[in-house]
Amino acid sequence: MKINRKLFPYVLTLPALLVCVGILIPFFTAVYYSLQRYNLKMPHMKGFIWFDNYINIFTDASFWNTIKVSLTYTFFTIIVELLLGLGIALLLAKRNWLNNILGVLLILPLMIAPALASLIWKLMINPNFGIVNYILSFVGLSEFTWASHPDTVLFTLIMVDVWVFTPFIMVLLLAGLRSLPRQPFEAAELDGVPEYYKFFRITLPMLFPFILTASLFRLLESIQQFDIIYALSQGGPGESSMVFQVSAYLHTFQYTNIGKSAAMMVVLWAICYFLCHVFVQQWQKLKIKTKGELLQ
Amino acid sequence: MKFNIWSILKIFAYAAIILFFLFPIAWILNMSFMTNDEILRKVPVLFYEPTLKNYIGIWEGEISIPGFATMYIYFKQNLINSAILSSFSVALTLVLGVPAAYAFARYKFKGGEDIAFTLLSFRFAPALLIIIPLNLYFTQIGLYDSYIALIWVYQLITLPLLLWIVRGYFEDISPDIEYAYRLDGHSWFQSFWKISIPLAKPGIAAASLLCFIYAWNNFVFALILGSSAIQPVTVGALAFITASAIPYGLIACGIVVSVLPTLILALFIQKYLVQGLSLGAIKG
Repeated sequence: MKINRKLFPYVLTLPALLVCVGILIPFFTAVYYSLQRYNLKMPHMKGFIWFDNYINIFTDASFWNTIKVSLTYTFFTIIVELLLGLGIALLLAKRNWLNNILGVLLILPLMIAPALASLIWKLMINPNFGIVNYILSFVGLSEFTWASHPDTVLFTLIMVDVWVFTPFIMVLLLAGLRSLPRQPFEAAELDGVPEYYKFFRITLPMLFPFILTASLFRLLESIQQFDIIYALSQGGPGESSMVFQVSAYLHTFQYTNIGKSAAMMVVLWAICYFLCHVFVQQWQKLKIKTKGELLQ
Repeated sequence: MKFNIWSILKIFAYAAIILFFLFPIAWILNMSFMTNDEILRKVPVLFYEPTLKNYIGIWEGEISIPGFATMYIYFKQNLINSAILSSFSVALTLVLGVPAAYAFARYKFKGGEDIAFTLLSFRFAPALLIIIPLNLYFTQIGLYDSYIALIWVYQLITLPLLLWIVRGYFEDISPDIEYAYRLDGHSWFQSFWKISIPLAKPGIAAASLLCFIYAWNNFVFALILGSSAIQPVTVGALAFITASAIPYGLIACGIVVSVLPTLILALFIQKYLVQGLSLGAIKG
């Protein structure tokens, strides 16, 4: 038996593709649901209503709140993680025993499931015996409310996200820093270029592709974050930490409004798709630019 | 003088990093050896007699708290579920993913890049968008609450990861060795099995371990698509912590037991892990 040479690569990739196409079907089903009045508690009301679900969510103040909370969460997690990750990568860039050990140990938080990381922090910030409040009591902050107050809950969630995912950025940027060519730095050294100039004019531009990749991965994960928020606050208190996926989860399983929650998820998908698209474009531009510079 | 200020700042930075990122892990480990009384002290005790009572309680699944009725927990079952789900997911991913990764690396074929990109893009779809309809489908065809359903959905996380890492490894291997072997009269499959796979073995091993960790750490799929009978430790531990009658030492112990496998795995394969994470991210 001989398989046509041209068909052969398709034969090899087919099984993987088939399994994933099985996932595409629910995707389209979800889009279809989003155009329906579909509430599990009222099955006889089921029917096609075009864009009413979308109009419904966009005229709903609580959905705008969800968008606001999600974007705030995403913005702060990415900014803090990028700055912190970059700082740590720069600190650990030089190879010595301490940096090598820390480089290994710092990936540990990343290897803990986000849901479980939230539980670790939940025990640490417990108002009755939590070690964090005990330590903070020395600086007069023992009454910090963490996840139990609307004003502090987002801060708490962002902190846990930073704890879990900064190592991801650190790993990428550290790998990037250590793979940079030596010559520009040696040349700068010979010319006696000051440190900050070297950093802003050589290190940062050369590291930029790594920074861009890391931010895209984090951006998409952060705007879709579910595990940390579900495990720590479930969107509360009130709706002060209600993000997209937690909101969709509650709409499905508490209010059984499948149509509405599908519409929310389609909006989230559109945002992610848009972000991805913009990013890939920028990435290609950057690639062409750096290639051009190398040729010169 | 300037030198001194920098080194002091640096020491401070190291201390802050270690404190923030590593102290929580150490503290939870510490708590898991404490009795409930020791944990509940207002001033934390630093010196105490470590006890294994929590670990034994978790293993036996029977907890008697003074003043309460005896409680039964299913943590051991959760651990077994996690092991089953993660290992079968990785096995399936290997069978599906390695040939596909090879095809993407070796052949330029029409639509190849598009297929590869489509497979990667599954990583970026909101999980709930897919799971909610799946939940209804699985209920209809009787797959709800089965290992098979979850293992299938886990492919969404593990397959793209493996594809992109292993593809990079295959690309780095020169095809000449395979050609030479095939010229000796061996079939394609023989050269794939005897030459290509052994050469890409480090990459495949690292990618599978990374997939295992990601599968183990997944939360949302099992939360929605399974009942407590098949749920893994990530979901099990959450049920644990919200049941307020359970002593805190046991909760800490439950968390330690559920994160320890991935942490130990991560330490063993850290070299490949960093390579895999950066390769997967940068090439993808």
